[in-house]
Amino acid sequence: MTVTDKLAADHPAEVRTPAPRPGWRDRLARWDVKASPYLYVAPFFLVFGVVGLFPLLYTAYVSLFHWKAGDDNPDFIGLDNFKELFADAQFWHALENTVSIFLLSSIPQIIIAIGLAALLTTGIRGATGWRVGILLPYAASLVALGIIFANLFGPKYGLVNGLLQTIGLSPVDWQANRLASHVAIAIMVNWRWTGYNALIVLAAMQAIPRELHEAALIDGAGSVRRFRHITLPLLKPTLIFVTITSTIGGLQIFTEPKLFDAMPGSNNGGSTHQFQTVTLYLYQTAFENFDLGYASAIAWLLFLIIVVIALVNYLLTGRLARTPGRKK
Amino acid sequence: MTTLTGNLRARAGRLGKPRKATYWVLAVFVLGSLFPFYWSFLVASRDNGILTERVPPLLPGGNFFANAARVFDTVPFWKALANSVIVSGTVTLTTVLFSSLAGFAFAKLRFRGRNGLFVFIVVTLAVPTQLGIIPLFIAMSKLGWAGGLQSVIVPNLVTAFGVFWMRQYTVDAVPYELIEAARVDGCSMIRIFWNVCLPAVRPAAAILAMFTFMMSWNDFLWPLVVLNVGNPTVQVALEKLQSGYYVDYSLVLAGTTLATIPILIVFLLLGRQIVAGIMQGAVKG
Repeated sequence: MTVTDKLAADHPAEVRTPAPRPGWRDRLARWDVKASPYLYVAPFFLVFGVVGLFPLLYTAYVSLFHWKAGDDNPDFIGLDNFKELFADAQFWHALENTVSIFLLSSIPQIIIAIGLAALLTTGIRGATGWRVGILLPYAASLVALGIIFANLFGPKYGLVNGLLQTIGLSPVDWQANRLASHVAIAIMVNWRWTGYNALIVLAAMQAIPRELHEAALIDGAGSVRRFRHITLPLLKPTLIFVTITSTIGGLQIFTEPKLFDAMPGSNNGGSTHQFQTVTLYLYQTAFENFDLGYASAIAWLLFLIIVVIALVNYLLTGRLARTPGRKK
Repeated sequence: MTTLTGNLRARAGRLGKPRKATYWVLAVFVLGSLFPFYWSFLVASRDNGILTERVPPLLPGGNFFANAARVFDTVPFWKALANSVIVSGTVTLTTVLFSSLAGFAFAKLRFRGRNGLFVFIVVTLAVPTQLGIIPLFIAMSKLGWAGGLQSVIVPNLVTAFGVFWMRQYTVDAVPYELIEAARVDGCSMIRIFWNVCLPAVRPAAAILAMFTFMMSWNDFLWPLVVLNVGNPTVQVALEKLQSGYYVDYSLVLAGTTLATIPILIVFLLLGRQIVAGIMQGAVKG
């Protein structure tokens, strides 16, 4: 033990090869130290290469062909798929739907999450119980959820319309009306993710030193001002994280609109594509119409759009949460 | 240094004191979280007549088991359950093992290109893997894997998030001195990982396991693409229950209830740790 302690004190920084011993055992040990790290990180790179990098590049390649599923000799057509895509009204319609649903979901979601986190940070009794409670929807399966919400928002017998009529309002055709369908789908998304985001924001709030708030209080700052000038700026990294993850998720939304359809199993996103999202259109093009080349072009365009919007979000969040005159 | 006057001291004391309204708002929120689960159980325990009533009954009926039995007649639900357990179980095991190994290497071992490779992993977190479904589908078809469970398992063997998560935890949890001591005693690297590192990072590994299991159990798009009707996972089977010209909601919602109960039980049992895991991840990330 004492020997070990002494050695540890001599080499506090990193693992090093011990003093060389003669023979094959020594060479084996050296090889072990050299090669092991690469072996340990290899599985990730193999899997990522196969399911991340290769698909990204291969999708770009496929997008240059007129490629029907099962076709072994696809025709090379250059950028024609992209040309067609830029003139494809259904694609732009789907993109509008996606952005509309994304905005309707992520904005209220993040605002409510911050509010909930603020409530949870007040030192309530049974804190863990409340946290588990608000995280509950996160455990739900998206498919179960999609089916349940499609039922709740059903145009004829749905519970939501039943309630609207009971309090004397006219029922809404949640599936046929474009905006109403976006609202219903956004509610589904928010129901699942708000609590999760609230916990992430809460964690960041709890890391803010209490002294900062006390000092501001002494200077006469009210709760709104303290929230605006202390809490919000210090939450900036977390808010960026939350907006970026919800951007990436929100722009790929698929399961909710697929299951919301009045014609189950359909990929149309409603009779006039009123809630067809880009990923749903991509799925339809690839696995219903079997047009893999065109679907790949959609995939790449969507990828670029996600990257751009994520970047815009990043810049925007940074600006909103910045305190004047101080740099983080 | 000023001392607090009485008034201010009282106000400072109130910093972080909850009001009654706080509890009410939270209670409404939690009830709202529970409601869809309860509603689907309500419909599943009655017959479709419930859906035509303006003010539906709020207590469950007695038809749940009859409806559940019909689920098993309509789709291969036992098979779907077994498939989901196999897929989620395998993916969880390999993700935790490979992520811990890689996390150990990135946190504690010295090798050329370490920082670059780690940054690369973090960047890949932003690449949406769902967009690769077409080439992946082509590849699976060429391999003859389409329809088989390996086509769902292999792409999920290890995740960037897992590696990132385990590395963050391992940095603090495993002292260099222990590793050094084990090396002096002649341990091989893999024994050091197994006997020194793994026991120390068990809490983080457990949280990663729960996350991975839940994600994998609830995954839908890729299994839908690559599996067929005869060999589904639970989520794919559920979707098949719903696809038809006439939707029998008691049947479908009995299916969603059956699929949700296991994961809900797991969640309620481990909720505390899951919450702790999310909070910890947010601080470190």
